[in-house]
Formats: sequence, structure tokens, C-alpha cells
Amino acid sequence: MTSKSTLELVQVSKLFGNTVAVDHIDLKIPEGSYCCLLGPSGCGKTSTLRMIAGHEPVTSGDIIIGANNVTDLLPAGRNTAMMFQSYALFPHLNVIDNVSFALKMRGVDKAERHAEARKLLALVDMQAYEQRLPAQLSGGQQQRVALARALITKPQILLLDEPLSALDPFLRLRMRTELKRLQRELGITFIHVTHGQDEAMALADLVVLMNAGKIEQQGSPREIFNYPRTEFVAKFIGGHAVIRAGQSSVAVRNDRLILKSPSDGVSGPFVAGTIKEIEYQGTFVRVSIAGEEGNDLAAELSDDTIDQMNVSIGDRVLVTWNADQAHPLNSSQIATVPTAGAA
Amino acid sequence: MTQSRTSLIAWLQAGPMMLVFVAFFLLPLIFVVIVSAWDYNEYEMLPAFSFRGYTDTFEGCIVQLPELCTILKTYAKTVKLCFLTWLITLTLGFTIAYFLAFHIKSKTWQILLSLLCTIPFWTSNVIRMIAWIPLLGRNGLINQGLIDLGLIKVPMEWLLFSEFSVVLAFVHLFTFFMVVPIFNSMIRIDHKLIEAAYDAGASGFQTLVNIIIPLAKPGIVIGSIFVITIVMGDFVTIGVMGGQQIASAGKIIETRLNALQFPAAAADAVILLGITIVIISMLTRLVDIRKEL
Repeated sequence: MTSKSTLELVQVSKLFGNTVAVDHIDLKIPEGSYCCLLGPSGCGKTSTLRMIAGHEPVTSGDIIIGANNVTDLLPAGRNTAMMFQSYALFPHLNVIDNVSFALKMRGVDKAERHAEARKLLALVDMQAYEQRLPAQLSGGQQQRVALARALITKPQILLLDEPLSALDPFLRLRMRTELKRLQRELGITFIHVTHGQDEAMALADLVVLMNAGKIEQQGSPREIFNYPRTEFVAKFIGGHAVIRAGQSSVAVRNDRLILKSPSDGVSGPFVAGTIKEIEYQGTFVRVSIAGEEGNDLAAELSDDTIDQMNVSIGDRVLVTWNADQAHPLNSSQIATVPTAGAA
Repeated sequence: MTQSRTSLIAWLQAGPMMLVFVAFFLLPLIFVVIVSAWDYNEYEMLPAFSFRGYTDTFEGCIVQLPELCTILKTYAKTVKLCFLTWLITLTLGFTIAYFLAFHIKSKTWQILLSLLCTIPFWTSNVIRMIAWIPLLGRNGLINQGLIDLGLIKVPMEWLLFSEFSVVLAFVHLFTFFMVVPIFNSMIRIDHKLIEAAYDAGASGFQTLVNIIIPLAKPGIVIGSIFVITIVMGDFVTIGVMGGQQIASAGKIIETRLNALQFPAAAADAVILLGITIVIISMLTRLVDIRKEL
């Protein structure tokens, strides 16, 4: 028996005119997990989230929460709540009225709904601002209010549409930690749409990597990072060298690549190339190598290794790796991706 | 130094509008107020301080109480016509603006349909009014049509030269002045706010009352100011559509002017201005438009 707020998507599709935004996806998100829908823009992740929220009708397929098929229910009848990308706070209402809005719609009287709203404002540490209008708050504060507003209906699933994208990098890291803390304390499911793989890695129990309307791979961040199934995944998640050899290709983590000088013999697989660039990165050194057959690689080495090797730009090198570090990629799903590691 | 220079430039930029405002609005208004406190006889104004303009206007009003004197009845009628026009143009204007802003998805169609609303303005005011006469008259299209259909035996007299036809013409002329500012407020409402309201469980009506109307308020107030100021001072539409039978605040002033009683006309103008200011300031208390502009 599935628990009461497990979310299941069954063959869900979304078409906008003739454009396929989401293409027959199946997905099961266990109760109380932190799930990140990850992918480049236009991959269908936001459409998927909006269908779960009920703000976008599904073209075909079913959305099941717990034991209920919610496919045709109104947003408020699904036990979900949405936090919008730009927060969508009501500009004419002060903080406490924004937070208690859903209760007002249910006809809860003022004293009671304000008391409830204060509890949530305390949860996000915003009690001091209850009389302010949204325009008088900073981005981070607006987000906390939006979070409190979404949580007031006690949803079992909180949907977050790129919640951190409007914040500056410093605040983004802080709010990221806070989101994770809240999810842990509340014990409810968070479904978080993002295009930043670092965000997904840091937060998610379950990463769902989407591309062109399909789920490319899903699993824990470690599974995805260590066992990318396709070239798209390896490139999008970053930190991997995709090496083509004939028809097939393999992915090797950049920090598992080994550099050898051509005079050293190499017994295993290797790519020969020329060093293009050496960048010091603090905890490691990135050595960019123009390899043969178009295999451009970026090995990440410790400074000790670099010191011992004494390499410089223009040197010929052999790049090798232990065979057990190479993961064969499913080449049938190769797709063009933006530069790996894009935030 | 730079502070004073920027403020000088700011004054220069505001200057032309200020001059126009002073020359064509403020000075005439001051003259009107001064003249309203002059004395007059049958054929000329006398530049001597007197409240005759005001006292003559309200002559006998206190004696007749509790019965309303003619002048008060006229003002009451003007306010009533104004209120009816305001209510109908507001309802229509809000509905049309809502349709344009939220139901028409494409920008091109929004612009096209807004332009469609301006078609009545391609002809002059008077022609737009007179065009109603063949339609509403005793032997007009509507009466003839209903008689031919056997729905009525005698023509309906109240269709033309009545309060009905006056309000109808006002609505026809001025609904667009409501549509534009309300539409302008509405297109600035982020659609995400409406989704957020639905997400919080608000019904369509709750969203209208709690989100859309409060956020469209500046437009509602600006449109209302347009309509109220025009209708309160009108004498042409009331004259033509009322068959010169309905008195209004504007018509009082016109009559006084025709009788060359300038101080009395000025006094009536000042009274009308006062009433209009009271109505507008009550409206603006609902919303701080300076904040929204």
C-alpha cells in the first residue's frame, strides 16, 4: 500500500499546440522526499511541476497523490501548494495578510488566521515584518514570506518553481540550506525545479534529470554523478570527461583521469593530446587537453600530482584511467546540451 | 552645486507645462472666483464686492424647506444622472477591460480590440448624440419595430428626450474613458498573482474581489474622475438628449451666461466646482493615486 502522499505520474504528456513539452513520463516520488526536477530550459520540468500543481491541464496521463487520482482536481484540492518563481506575493496585502490569504478564502476568522500565520512567520523567522508590504522587503525576505504562504494550508507536497534563481549567490547558498532544513523538519515532500545541477546535488534525495520532455535519468545525486547513463547526463551534471571511441562512448570523472608523459607506457585505455591550458582552482588544478579524434578533456589533478609531473602548456600527454572508472554511455540518446556545469 | 543644477533642470523641464497650467487653468479659475463675488444689474457687472451671485442662486431655498427649491432639485438631478452614468460606465468599463486584459491572450488582438472601442470617437460628439434620435424617437426604429411586431400598441415616449436617453448617451460617449485607465491597471497585474490565488483555494469571484479589484483601483478612480467631472459639468448632452426639458448644473450656468449675468454664472460655476471636488476627494480617499502614477 502506498503512503498517503506518494506522488505518481503515469504516462503524463503535455502538448502546447503541436509542441511536445512533456512526453509520456512515468515518475514516482516517495512521501517526504526532496525531489529536484533538473534540466536545461525548455526540457519540460516547469510544465511537469505546473501539471502536478494543477495550473496546467495534462494532455494525457494521470497524476496520482496517495490513493487519489488528482488529474482533474483544482489546485487547492490536491493537497499541494506552489511557491512561484518570482514569489507572486500580493502587492496590496501586507505580510500577514499574504500568509493568511488561503485561510481567509476558507472563511477562517481574522484572529484565528492571523494566529496561524504568525506561527508560520516564526518558522521562517519573519515575525518582525508582519505589517510590511512585499515591496518593502528584500528578495530573500519575500521568499520566506512566499514559503510561509505556501505552507499555511499544510500541504503534503510543496512545489517550488526555481525558488533560488532570483537571489544573489551568497543568499542562494543560505536559502538552499534553509529549504533543506525546513523540508527535514516538516517531513513533507518538496518538489523543486531547477536548472542548476549544484543545487540539485546539494538538496535532493531524488534527482530527476529531464531533457526534451523525457526523463533522461533519475536517482540519488550520487548515482547520477557516478553512473551517468547517457552523454547528456554526463555533460549536464558536469565534472565528467566524455570519451568517444568509435561508435561507443564512455564517461570518466574528471578527477579520476590520470596524466602520463608519452614516454611512459600505458597499458589500459588512453587518449593522446596536447595541453591547452592549466588553471589553478585552489583545491585542484584543471588541465585542459585537446585530445585526438575531437576528445577534449579537462583533467582535475591535485597540486601534488602536478608538481611531480612538471607539465606545461603545449606538452604532449597521454590521458588514461582505470578501466573500472569508465561508464559506458547509452549513445542512442545523445542530445545537444549547453556547456556542462552551467549554473 | 550639482544639487542646485539638477533642480534647475527639473524646473525647466516642468516649466512649459506649468505655464500652460497657470495661463489656461489657474488664472481663469481665479478670475471666475473673483467675478463670482461681484455685484451685477440687468445689463452689466459691477466690480464691487457682493455675494448676490450666491444668494440669488439660492433665493427662497430656506423659506421653502423642507421642500427642495428649484436650484437644489437641479443639483440633485445632476448628481443622480451623474451617479447612474458612473455606475453603468464603471460596470461596463470594468467588464470590457477585464475581458481585454485577461481573456484576450495575444497582444495584437488586445490592441486591435482597444482600437475598435475608439470607433465612436471618429465622429463628433453632437453627431453621436443626434444619431440616437431616429432610433429612439416616437416614430423611430425601436418604436416602429415593436409596434410592427405587435408587442406594443402606442409608441414608448420615455425612450427619447428623457433621463433614459440622457444616461444612454452619456454611457455611449464616456464608457471608453473608463475602459482605458482600468485596462491599463489590469494589464499590469501579474498573471502569476491570479494563479497564486487559485493555488490558495480562491474561487473566481474571490479572486476578483480580493485581488483584481484592489489592484485595478487606481484605474477605477482615474476613470471615475474623468466620467464624473465631464457629466457634472455637461449641458450639451443633457440639452440635446433631454429635449431641452431637463435642467442640470451645467445648464444653469449656460442660462445665466445667456442672460449676461456673469457674476451669477461664475458663482454657479464655483458651487459646481465645489461639489465636484467633494465627490472626487471622497473617491480618492479610497486610493492614493499619487502612489500609483
